[in-house]
Amino acid sequence: MVMTTLLSKHNKKVKEDLQQMTESNGKTKISVRDLNLFYGEKQALYSLSLDIQEKEVTALIGPSGCGKSTFLRTLNRMNDLIDGVNITGDITIDNENIYQSTDVIKLRTKVGMVFQKANLFPMSIYDNVAYGPRGQGIKSKKELDKIVEESLRGAAIWDEVKDRLKTSALGLSGGQQQRICIARAIAMKPEIILMDEPTSALDPISTLKVEELIADMKKDYTIVIVTHNMQQAARVSDKTAFFLNGEVVEFDTTDKIFSVPKDQRTEDYITGRFG
Amino acid sequence: MRSFKDNVLRGLLWLAALLTIAILVTIVGYIFYKGIGLISFDFIFGDYSPTGGGGIWPMIVTTIYTIVISLVIATPIGILAAVYLQEYAKQGRLVRMIRFATESLTGIPSIIYGLFGAVFFVTTLKLGMSIIAASLTLTIIILPVIIRTTEESLKTVPRSYREGSLALGNTKLQTLYKVILPSAMPGILAGIILSIGRIVGESAAIFLTAGTVAALPESIFSSARTLTVHSYLVTQEAGDIELAAAIGIVLIVIILILNLLATLLSKILNKADY
Repeated sequence: MVMTTLLSKHNKKVKEDLQQMTESNGKTKISVRDLNLFYGEKQALYSLSLDIQEKEVTALIGPSGCGKSTFLRTLNRMNDLIDGVNITGDITIDNENIYQSTDVIKLRTKVGMVFQKANLFPMSIYDNVAYGPRGQGIKSKKELDKIVEESLRGAAIWDEVKDRLKTSALGLSGGQQQRICIARAIAMKPEIILMDEPTSALDPISTLKVEELIADMKKDYTIVIVTHNMQQAARVSDKTAFFLNGEVVEFDTTDKIFSVPKDQRTEDYITGRFG
Repeated sequence: MRSFKDNVLRGLLWLAALLTIAILVTIVGYIFYKGIGLISFDFIFGDYSPTGGGGIWPMIVTTIYTIVISLVIATPIGILAAVYLQEYAKQGRLVRMIRFATESLTGIPSIIYGLFGAVFFVTTLKLGMSIIAASLTLTIIILPVIIRTTEESLKTVPRSYREGSLALGNTKLQTLYKVILPSAMPGILAGIILSIGRIVGESAAIFLTAGTVAALPESIFSSARTLTVHSYLVTQEAGDIELAAAIGIVLIVIILILNLLATLLSKILNKADY
C-alpha cells in the first residue's frame, strides 16, 4: 500500500518533469512509459517513464544494482537473452513500439551498443569492424573497406590502427579496444548508441579519449550512457537520470542535477553521501 | 619451514611429471625397440600372407576406413547435438537427463557396445560382419565423447562474444557459426582427436562387428580386420611380440598424422571463416 502510493506520487513527479522537458527541447527519440521489469519474481525496474532527446547525451547514474544497466538493455532488447525476464509498459523509438514490432535484428541495427568491457572478437581489427555490416549481407570489399575506414575515423582511432588492420584486435590496448568497439557499433550506421560503463575498465587517459569521442559523436547519434563516474556524467552528458532501487528518482538537465537537485536522495548521492 | 614444505611439494610435482613422461617414453621406446626391425616398405604396403612374412596393408586400409566413416557420421551429429543442448534447448529436466545419459554412455565398457552392434547392426539390420557395421558401432561409442567435449568448449566461449554479436544485429545462427563455433573449435578438435584414439584403440567392439578377415576390403560392406585386432590376434595366436610391436609403431604414426591433419584442418577452416 505504502509502495503504491509512493509509486504513484513518484510517477506524477516524473511526468511533471517530463512535461517540463518536452517543452524546452527538441525531438524525442526514445520514449519510455510506465516500464516495469521483472527477473522472475523479483522486480528490478519500477514504472519508469522518461523521454530521451535526439542527438543528446543522456547519462544514467546511480549506485550498483539500481537498475541503470538493466534499463539500458531494455532499449535494444538485450534482456531478451536472459531467461525469465518479463517487461510491461512501452518503449517507443521514433514512435515505434520496440516490444511490439518483433524484428529484434532491425532494432539492434538501429540501436548500437558498447559494453563495459571491450568485447572484440578474436579476429582482425578489420573483421571486427566489418562484422556487423557483413551480418547485414554487405559483401563487396570496396564497400566494406569504406565502412571500416569511416567507422574507425568516426571512433578517432584510424590513425593508430590503419597500418595493422589485418592484425588481431586483441593485441591492442584496453583503451584502443574500447574505441574499436565504438567503431564496430558505428559501422552499423545506428541512430542510437547505448554505452554501458564504457570507461570503467580504462585508464584516465584512455577514458579522456573516449569521453572526447562521445562529445564529438553527439552531433550524429543519440547516446545513452550508464556511468558510475559522476564527473563523467557531468562532463559528457546533456541530461542525467538518477536511478535508485529500480526507480528514476530524478531526471533533468545535467546542469540542474549537479547544481540544484530537487530530490534529497539525488543530492545525497552526487555529494557522495552514499553509493 | 615454509620453504622446506614448498620444496617438498615442488619435488613431488616434479616426480609426478617425470614419472608420467618416463612411463610414456618406456612404452614407446620398448615398442620401437621391439618392432622397428620389422618395419619396411614391404611390411607396410605389402599384402597379408597367412604363412607369415607378409605386410599389413589390408589392416591399415581397414583402420583408416573405420576412422573416417565413424568420424564422418559422428562429428556432425555430435556437434549439432551439443549445440542444441547448450545453445537452444531449454535447460530443464529433459536436457539434464540427456546429459546424464551421454555421461553414462562414455563409461560403458566397449564390449557391450560390441555386443549391441553385433545384434543390431550385423544381424537385425543385416549388414553382416562388415566395416560399416563396425563403424556404426564406433560411432555410438565416440558420440558421447564428441558431445561432451563440444558442450564443454561451447561453455567456455565468453558470454560477451554472444552479446557483442547479437548487439550488432546478427541472428543467433550467424552468431553461432561466425563467433561461437570458431571460438569453440580447439575444444571440439580435442574431442575429435580423443575419438580417433578411441577408435584406433578399440578391439573388442570391432572384433564382434567387423570380424577378422585379413584381406584388403573390397568395400565397406566387407568383413575386415583392423590393426588393433590384428595386433591382438598375432599376439594371442602366434605369440609374435615383434610383429605386434611393429603394428604398434604404425598405429602411433597413424594417430600422429591424423592429429596433425585435424589441427591443420581446423586452422584452415578458421581462416576461411574470417
